[in-house]
Parts: sequence; C-alpha cells; structure tokens
Amino acid sequence: MNAVTVRVFVPRDAAARSVGADEVAERIAAAAATAGRTVEVVRTGSRGMLWLEPLVEVETPAGRVGYGPVAPEEVDGLVAAGLLDATPEGLGLVEDLPWMRRQQRLTFARVGVVDPLSADDFEAHGGYAGLRAALAMEPAAVVEEVVSSGLRGRGGAGFPTGIKWRTVLGATADIKFVCCNADEGDSGTFADRMLIEGDPFTLIEGMTIAAHAVGATEGYVYLRSEYPEAVETLSAAIEIARARGWLGERILGSELTFDLHVRVGAGAYICGEETSMLESLEGKRGMVRAKPPIPALEGLFGRPTVVNNVLSLATVPTILAGGAAAYAAYGMGRSLGTNVFQLGGNIARGGIVETAFGITLGELVEDLGGGAASGRPVRAVQVGGPLGAYVPTTQFDLPMDYESFAAAGAMVGHGGIVVFDDTVDMSSMARFAFSFCAEESCGKCTPCRVGAVRGVETIDRIRAGEDRSKNLVLLDDLCELMTDGSLCAMGGLTPLPVRSALRHFGEDFGVPATTTTGSTDGGTA
Amino acid sequence: MFMTTDVTDLAAVRAEHVRHIATTLRDVRGPLIPILHAVQEDLGHVDQADVPVIADVLNLSVAEVHGVVTFYRDFRRAPGGRTTVRVCQAEACQAVGAEALGEHAKRRTGVGFGATTSDGAVTLDEVFCLGNCALGPAVQVGDRLHGRVTPARLDALLGEAR
Repeated sequence: MNAVTVRVFVPRDAAARSVGADEVAERIAAAAATAGRTVEVVRTGSRGMLWLEPLVEVETPAGRVGYGPVAPEEVDGLVAAGLLDATPEGLGLVEDLPWMRRQQRLTFARVGVVDPLSADDFEAHGGYAGLRAALAMEPAAVVEEVVSSGLRGRGGAGFPTGIKWRTVLGATADIKFVCCNADEGDSGTFADRMLIEGDPFTLIEGMTIAAHAVGATEGYVYLRSEYPEAVETLSAAIEIARARGWLGERILGSELTFDLHVRVGAGAYICGEETSMLESLEGKRGMVRAKPPIPALEGLFGRPTVVNNVLSLATVPTILAGGAAAYAAYGMGRSLGTNVFQLGGNIARGGIVETAFGITLGELVEDLGGGAASGRPVRAVQVGGPLGAYVPTTQFDLPMDYESFAAAGAMVGHGGIVVFDDTVDMSSMARFAFSFCAEESCGKCTPCRVGAVRGVETIDRIRAGEDRSKNLVLLDDLCELMTDGSLCAMGGLTPLPVRSALRHFGEDFGVPATTTTGSTDGGTA
Repeated sequence: MFMTTDVTDLAAVRAEHVRHIATTLRDVRGPLIPILHAVQEDLGHVDQADVPVIADVLNLSVAEVHGVVTFYRDFRRAPGGRTTVRVCQAEACQAVGAEALGEHAKRRTGVGFGATTSDGAVTLDEVFCLGNCALGPAVQVGDRLHGRVTPARLDALLGEAR
C-alpha cells in the first residue's frame, strides 16, 4: 500500500466535459479508493489539446505524465495497469509533447496547469506579479508600457490597446469604466471561454491593471449566455477575489479601488460589436452606435470606457510582469507578441496554439492540426470567424500577421481557423454568410439589414443558374455597397467570406475561379 | 368542498413575483437584462403581462421593455419544454456535419427549430456557436455541453430528456 497522495489532473473545461471529463474524474476517484490509494483529483482548465480530451495528467517528480483521450470505461484498466504510478504507456510528459513545445504560452501560461479557482495556485504560478509591477508605476507609465509592447486588440480589429487606454486616461469624468468583451460569438473561436474557465484570475488581474492605468473604478465582463460554465467560473472567481482583497477598496494595500461585475448576454451575435455591447450593458436593444463619439470618450452610460477583448486584457499582466520589450520581442512587423490561435472545424488535432505572430497558416493547419479529421484533403479554411475570408490551401504560406492577411484580402481577426475538407460547397458557405448576417443584423443601417437578405436571394439565383453573369455583377455591386456603407463590421465584413469564396472557389458558383494560384491577390478584387 | 384557484389570482401571484425580482435588481447598473434573465429563470419565460410590471418598476415605457425582450433570442415569450436541446449550426460544426445532425434532430422530435414537442418535454433549437469548435458537432442540453455528437448519441440525449 502506498500512503503518498497522488495528484491527478482532469480538466473541468466545458469542451473536456463535453466528451466525458466529469465521468473520468469520478471513475479515477472510485478506482483509487478500490485500490486503497489516496488521490487528489485536481480539476484544471484544458491544455488546449482538445483531440486528446479527456486528458488525464499524473504528477511525477519529472513532471506531469499525460494519458488521453481517456474514455470513462478505460479508467479501471488504466489504474490497474499503474496509472497512479505513471507506469503504463501514456503520452509521456505533457510539457514535452510536440504540440506544446511548438508554442510560446504567455497569455495561456497557467491554463490547464492550475486549479482555476485556487487563488493560492494562481499566486504560486506568478499571478499578480503584473499588477504589483503596475501599482508601483504611475498610471501614464503603465499606459506607455502597454503601448510599447505593441499589443493590439485580440478581439479581431487589431487596434493598439495602449492607444485606446491613453485616450481614456486623458479624459476627465466623474466615473470611468473598464468593459471586457467576452461575447465570443464567432464560430471557430473558443480561446476567451477557455481562458475564463481555465484561469479567470488573469482576466481579473488584467482588468484591474487597466483600471489603475486609466483611472476607472468599475468594470463589467459581458459574457455570452451560451457559456454557462464560464459564467459560473468567473462569478466564483470574482467572489474569491473580493474576499482576498483583490477587488474592492485598497487593492493589494494600494490606493486603488476597483470592483468587477459579470453581465450575461442574451443570444445576440451583434453584441460582440463594442458599441452594441455597451447598449446591451445599459439594458437596451443591442443596436450599433455611430462613431464618433468613440467609447474611449463616451462609452458606457456616456462615460470614458476601456472596451477590450478577453485575451487583450488577459495578456496585460504578462506584459507588465516581464516588461514590454520582452513581449514585443515575439512576432513580426506590426503584429507583435503572441496570439492564441484556435483550430476548429474538420481538423484532426483541434485546439489552442499560442505562438508568436508569423507562424504560417499551413504550419498551423497541417503541421499542428494534422489536416482534416475526415482524412480527406483540406479544401478551404475560414480565418477570423464568420466575417473572415475563406482561404484556399494555395495560400497556406501566408504568415499569421494582421498586415499580411489584409494584403491577401483576408483577416486574422480573433485567430480562429475553421477547416473544411473537399466535400464543402463554397456557394453554400457564401449563402450562409449572408443568411447569418440577415439573422443577426441589428437592423440599424440599411446596407446590412436589407443587403444581407438581397445577398441570399442573389446567391440563390446564381446557384440556380438564373442570369448568372448579370447576377454576379449585381452580387459584386451589393458587396461593395455593404463594405462601404455599413455602420459596423457585421454588414461591412460579410462580403469578405462571400467574395473570397467566389474568388477562390468560383467553380462552386458555376463560374471559373479568377484566382487559383497561391499569390496574395488584392483584397477588394 | 373543493378548492379553486382563480386565473386572476395566478396572474396576480406572477405579477407579484416579477415585481419582486425587478425591485431587487433595480439598483444594479443597466438592470433590465439581468431582470429579464431572472424572470425567465424563475418563471420559465417572459410573458407579455410581465412587461408592464417591469416597465413600471424601472420607470420605462412598455414599448422600451417590449423592444428589449423581442430583440434578444434568449428571451422566450411562451413556456418552453422541460429541457431545451440546442444544436450548433455555425461554420465549424457545419464542417463536421451539423446540418445533417440538425435535420436528424428535427425528424426525431417531429418539431422544427424553436418549437416544443407536443408532450412538452423538449424544446429544440439551433444555436450559433457553443465554443466547442474543435469537438463538433456540438449540442447543448439544458446547460450541459456535448461534443462529437453523432445521430445515435443525439438520440440517447433526447431519450434522457423525455
């Protein structure tokens, strides 16, 4: 009998639970009890190797040894074979897996490693080093640190985070807000969810740094209702943070006062657009606002407001802890630091890849992702969510960099990559882009509200072979109007998937493709 | 001797409940959506009769509250089934057969998206992204997420829900 307590790690991330992690955790506890062994089953976030979920890790002196994917019914056999002593054939040390070694985990450093609701675990793994560093600096110096790190908005638009903060810091008002946009509605993106479920204190720390930097006292996380586990985890983390003096008055003994609240969305995709999100936070219909005024000056309830994505805010602690220069040493061109890429759809090895900007699309999809799960050839990938372009495999040499993608008529967006094999009908995907826009448009501006409906009708005619050449001209005209005339990215970017599908996969629309080479042709072709 | 409950009494009880929720949450910033979520959580849906009560507590017009209720997909105007089953129909799940799974779900339940089975057991709906894009097709049963859902697995989940 071995009296030593063995620590076993099983994710509590919603994706891991969706394929049986809870049952696996229960079975391990039961099997250990039967074997007379003492185990501590720690529920962590997910490492992001989602094809290996449920991934079980066993602590050894050399590190954590992984087993996965583990089906609940396999647990008894694995424990009998010595899982608790890490003796059976497993995956080896998790940190040494090729998928992990290819990454530079800064924002996701603790995700999958720590118990997300253990404040002690968080501090033991470097938590609050960023905030402590920030509190020792003047607010303006914190802002300049974020500016010089090169951090750009990870929600998709890529606007420099520090510049936004500088505007809010310079504004005078009775109250300022920090709002985190966690309305991660884009298909193919799940990094916000995994960060919140796997390391929520990092988001709280990032928002607190933002509050110190701009002089805000109140923060809101607008989190989508489709993520009930994330809502639960973040709400619990906020309670713990309050009890630890990490939120409220005199945070970490400083003069800083800041409190944080979760607001749950209500099933409107458009609320991922920042002004629409602010309207929703105010209790209104999620209708897009015209800009200017920009939210940095007139945001929530008309007050100066920082609006940042989850990953932007969660990256700030590592920048403050390690210095802007260390962060900016990663990446290429004007895309500095790391980005959390997400591989989804028809992919053999889907999940999270945090790496410096500059890795190519092909390396992500083929080397790390292993191509299509179906075993068939990859035909297209959509990068950057429903409003992102469809990219053919001939462009797999494109580096993941905001400017390179823009030059190729595509966008990095939130870093989500959705893979389709050769059975996909791209005219159907183009039609879906319009119908999704028609469904989710807030209705404020005509190009989006009406254009999306006309787009569906026009594509239907093209697919049916009705006046094809005339309707293709009409479609192009409609796309141009929506691009130029829409109030926000919903209507303004819906033409991106449509035009890219048509340009690269014209044969699916009954016309020859205009571009079949791998060259980076113009964005507005 | 037997007891009867007047319909007006039920309506009054509900209105009182709604008023209590709205009054409790009235002082949070932007209280309307938290109130609507709480009403739906407690009472299953947001009834047309709830709208003037909430409007009264928040000092808003009925039209303003009505506009918000109808804007957001989450808020139900009529009671739903005991369990809500939502099949993801977004791109990443489409890439692994979500449309066929959605059609299968409609055939199995005999209802379309947004509708409830005649026995009141299941409300079937579509959803655009559950954040499980590497393990699709994804389905949500109540608050519980399921990944790599095959038609057979969906049948089992529907069976548990009935």
